[in-house]
This record gives sequence, C-alpha cells and structure tokens, in this order.
Amino acid sequence: MNVPERKVKLKIADMAKKYPNGDGVEHINLDIYEGEIVTLLGPSGCGKTTILRAIGGFHDITDGDILIDGKSIAGLPPEKRPTAMVFQSYNLWPHMTIYENLSYGLKLRKIPKAQIDEDIKKILQLVSMPGCEKKYPNQLSGGQQQRIAIARSLLLKPELLLLDEPFSALDAKIRQQMREELKKIQSDLGITVVFVTHDQEEAMALSHRIVVMNKGVVAQVGTPTEIYDHPADRYVASFIGEMNFIDIDDQTIAVRPENLSLDPEAKGDLKATVRTIMVLGHYVQVTVQHGDTVLKSFVDREVSDRLSVGDEVSLEIGTHHVFAKE
Amino acid sequence: MFKYMNPKRFYHAVGRKKFWEFILLAVFIIFFYGPLLNMLLLAFSNSYEYPHVFAQAWGTKWWAYVFQQKSLVSSIAQSFIIAIATTAISMLFCIPAAYSIARFKYPGRKGFMLSFLLTNAFPKLGIYTSIAVLFYKYGLMGTYAGVIIIHMINSMMFMVWLPASAFRSVHRQQEEAARDVGAGPVRTFFKVTFPMALPGIAVATLYTFLGSMEEAQGTMLVGLGKIQTMPVAMYGIVLDSSAVQIGAVFAILLIIPSAVMIFAMRRYIGPEAISGGFKMK
Repeated sequence: MNVPERKVKLKIADMAKKYPNGDGVEHINLDIYEGEIVTLLGPSGCGKTTILRAIGGFHDITDGDILIDGKSIAGLPPEKRPTAMVFQSYNLWPHMTIYENLSYGLKLRKIPKAQIDEDIKKILQLVSMPGCEKKYPNQLSGGQQQRIAIARSLLLKPELLLLDEPFSALDAKIRQQMREELKKIQSDLGITVVFVTHDQEEAMALSHRIVVMNKGVVAQVGTPTEIYDHPADRYVASFIGEMNFIDIDDQTIAVRPENLSLDPEAKGDLKATVRTIMVLGHYVQVTVQHGDTVLKSFVDREVSDRLSVGDEVSLEIGTHHVFAKE
Repeated sequence: MFKYMNPKRFYHAVGRKKFWEFILLAVFIIFFYGPLLNMLLLAFSNSYEYPHVFAQAWGTKWWAYVFQQKSLVSSIAQSFIIAIATTAISMLFCIPAAYSIARFKYPGRKGFMLSFLLTNAFPKLGIYTSIAVLFYKYGLMGTYAGVIIIHMINSMMFMVWLPASAFRSVHRQQEEAARDVGAGPVRTFFKVTFPMALPGIAVATLYTFLGSMEEAQGTMLVGLGKIQTMPVAMYGIVLDSSAVQIGAVFAILLIIPSAVMIFAMRRYIGPEAISGGFKMK
C-alpha cells in the first residue's frame, strides 16, 4: 500500500496532547497520503477525537508538530488552517438558512456572489439535496443536516476533510447509506479524509487505512485486511471483528470464529462442551465451553445438524495468531 | 330570562365540579382585574366621590391635567432616559460577564454568579442607605449616574443569569464550525453565538427595562428628589391625594410600555426561559 512516490498530505510528527488531568495522547506519528481515507478507530476515551481536534486547530498540542504539505500548521488557529471539520452534531447554525450556512465561509473568502450561487448549486447536487437553499436546518432530518455540513466543508475546498463521528447520531440504515455516499464523493473529488469512529464496521467499510488507537497511543496502522488478518496485538485482535482467545501453556491463541471448527467425533485433544446452537441463515453459530472460557464457532449446517447442547466435541484451530499470555 | 340566572339552576345544569371551577375563576378574575378595571374607570372620570362605584362625570379632564403639568411630563421623559441608559449600560457590562460564566471554567465562577443574587437577597433599603454614604463621597447623589447605578444593581441578576443560560444553550460545535469555516473569535461571537442567544438576552433586557421603569425606592433616596421618574412623581401625587384620578392616569401611563414590550416578546417570555436562567452549572 505504501508506495513510496505517493505524496504525504498530512504528517503528524511525535505529537502529544496532554490534558491537565494526565489524559491525552502521546508519541503520535502518522503519515496520511493524498486522496486517502484514514480512520482513527478506538473505544471512547482512546484519544482519537483529541488527535482530530488537534489537526483541526481546536486543541493546542503539547509537543511535536502537525504538517500539511510539509508546512507546519500547529501554531495556526482553526480559521487559518486549510482543514474543514464535520462534527458529530450541531454543525449548522439554526438561525441561518441552508444557503446562508453554506455561503458563510465563501463570503469570508470574498468570493463573488455569482460564483457562490453556482458552487452551492453544484454541491447540493453532489450531496443529493438540490433546491433546499431556503430551508432552515430544523426543517431537515438528522441525515440531511449532516449532508449539508459535509457540503459546507467541501465548498471550502479544504486540503484535508476531518470527520468526527459524523454519522453516529443517525440510525443504522441511513448511516450505511451515508457511508457509501461519502466514499463515492471522496473518490470523485479525490479529497484526503481523516475519519474518527468507534464503530469498527464503519471503519472497515470506509477506510483505505485504519489507525487503531488504544489509551492514547497508536496500536496498529494498516489496511482493513491487514488489521483483520494480522492484528498486531491482543487488543487489536479483540477490537476488530470477533475473536476467541484460548490459553495454551504460556501462550494465548487467537482464532476467529470462522477459523475454529468443531469435530463432533471429539477425536482431537482440545475438548469442549456445546452450550448453544444458533442458526443465523446460511451458517450456524455454536458456542462451546472449554475449561473456563466460552468460545464461538461458525460452522456449516451439515456439522451443526450432528450436534446438540451438552455434546462433547473437540476443537480444530485453523488460521490463528499467537500472543504472549497476559 | 332572569329565571335561568338562578345559581341553583346553573349548578344543576353544569354539575358540581364545573360550578365550583366557575366560581373560583370568577373570584380570580375579580381579584386580578378588579383593581385594574377600577383604575381604568377612575382615569376616565372627571369627578368621583368615594362610596360610589361609578364616576359622577366621565371625561379625560385628568389626562389633560397630567399632560399640562410640566413636572409630570418631564418625569415621563426622565423615566425613559434612565430606563434606556440602564438597559444599555448593563448590557455592556453584564453580557460579557454572562458569556464568561457560560463558556469558561475558572475558580470562583459559582461565587461570582451567586454574588449577583446577594444584591437581591438583602433588604434594599439597607443597601441603598449604605450606598448613599459612598455616593455622597463621590458626588453621585442626585445625579443621573447615581440613579442608573442603583437601577443596574437591581437588574444585574437578570442581566447575568438569563444571558448566561442563553449562551450555554449555544453548542460549542456551532461556534467551532464558524471558526472552522474561517471566522475569527470576535466574528464568531457576533455572527453565531450572539444571534443564537438573542431570545434569552431579549428577555433579560426586557426585565431590566421594566424594572428600571418602576423603580422608586432607590431613585427617591439617591435621586434626592432631583431625579423625578414616573414612580417617584407618583409617590408625590398619591401622598398629595388631591385627586385619585391623577394616580390612575399615571398608573396607566406606566403600564403602557410594559404591556407593549411584554406583548412584543411574548414568544420568549415563559417559564422555561426564566427557569433556564436560574440554573447553576
């Protein structure tokens, strides 16, 4: 993925942001290439939003530097940075019409009115909301408001688009739709995007690369496949997708449910007892008790038909990862 | 026809519950609007003697009288000048204070907020007399400045608490979004924060204006009779009591600005706006 000739758009160099209470992020090093969607992923409190806000200029950084196209922006206030941010909610100004919301930044840049009108028309087309210039934000649904917020950011032709969990307040169906639209808009415009989310499915669906965060430090950076197939540590393994952990001697074996098969004949050494069997369509989820731990396995109907609760089975571990025991 | 006005018939026609509700409502209406109505009647009666309910002669004689009195007309002007100045100056001081309370966390913030309550918690007359001592020293007695300061002390609690709650209801993201699209901090305040907090600020302004219009105690004490606002002039008239009608005319004149402003801002004045202002956060 990291082809050398790709241009680095955003460089975060050994950045730290410490809050007075000691929380925060440190030793953040990150290169984001032009035209890429990079997601900062992690549970709440892991520092992902802190990094995004530091890039946008809403947090002063304690140490290190942030560079866009090789120029430091760390000392600039938000209004001077070539970034545009979309927040989780309350992006729009309720006392202004959609047209006024969209045109405000352009007016500050002294762009002629005819040009503004044309740009707004085009951008509303792009976010599939043509003709809503005269409406007020409260006349739009949550999803529509976020589209307008994204449109407002795009109108300013930012070097970098920052999105802080922009879809998390929307319901599941619209969230999925917005995700697809964002991906399309991004590839059409070739804009560089930094996206923050705690939703690993969203991160997998959207990103070219994912930065998994844990307690203020970067745990792993990689493409969705890399992170899913080769988690760097136990934390990443447990955070992305579903994962079983089996302690064997001094090691922890991490195996995904699709790679853990069950032998109804119980011929293997690793024995377990069937706890539940759940048919989930074309595959069956079986949980088994192995010592103190409950493991999850996805098996075919053909296998599950030969199982019933309480049966003894043996485990066959396919593709897996080995971590040191904690 | 009169047969049906019998309370007994009415009682059985509407049922017990409705009947007592009606009686209660009637009592309330008489209690609240009776004095007002009486005042209206008085204001338009040319001659009136006590035991009668209605005037002996109707007319606008006393209105003409009030508007012929130079001192009374000038008191109307003074009232408005002082109320407008009080409102403008307290906006200038209190709105930045309200913003700081709403937006910044600093030690002593709660104490700062409570201090505005203190001016309203002590007996006013005590405060005014001790202020008078200071005012004598600085030559503020009997001056507009002195009276305006007194009015501001009364209005500060409204002027700080209500706008502070209005500023708090503006989400930070909305300000940050403005910064993000290129507005500096000052422009953000005037283009986003202030307009969004405007309803709350308007209510506070209204209270300040009306409070200043009807303030009498402090104005009398500090104004030393030189500053004659409408309420102060009314004291004189009521004590003089040559004609009750003058008092009634004056009371109506005092009500007009309040009624107009309350009507204009009726959308913003409500239990939520007021209770929102008295939250300590």
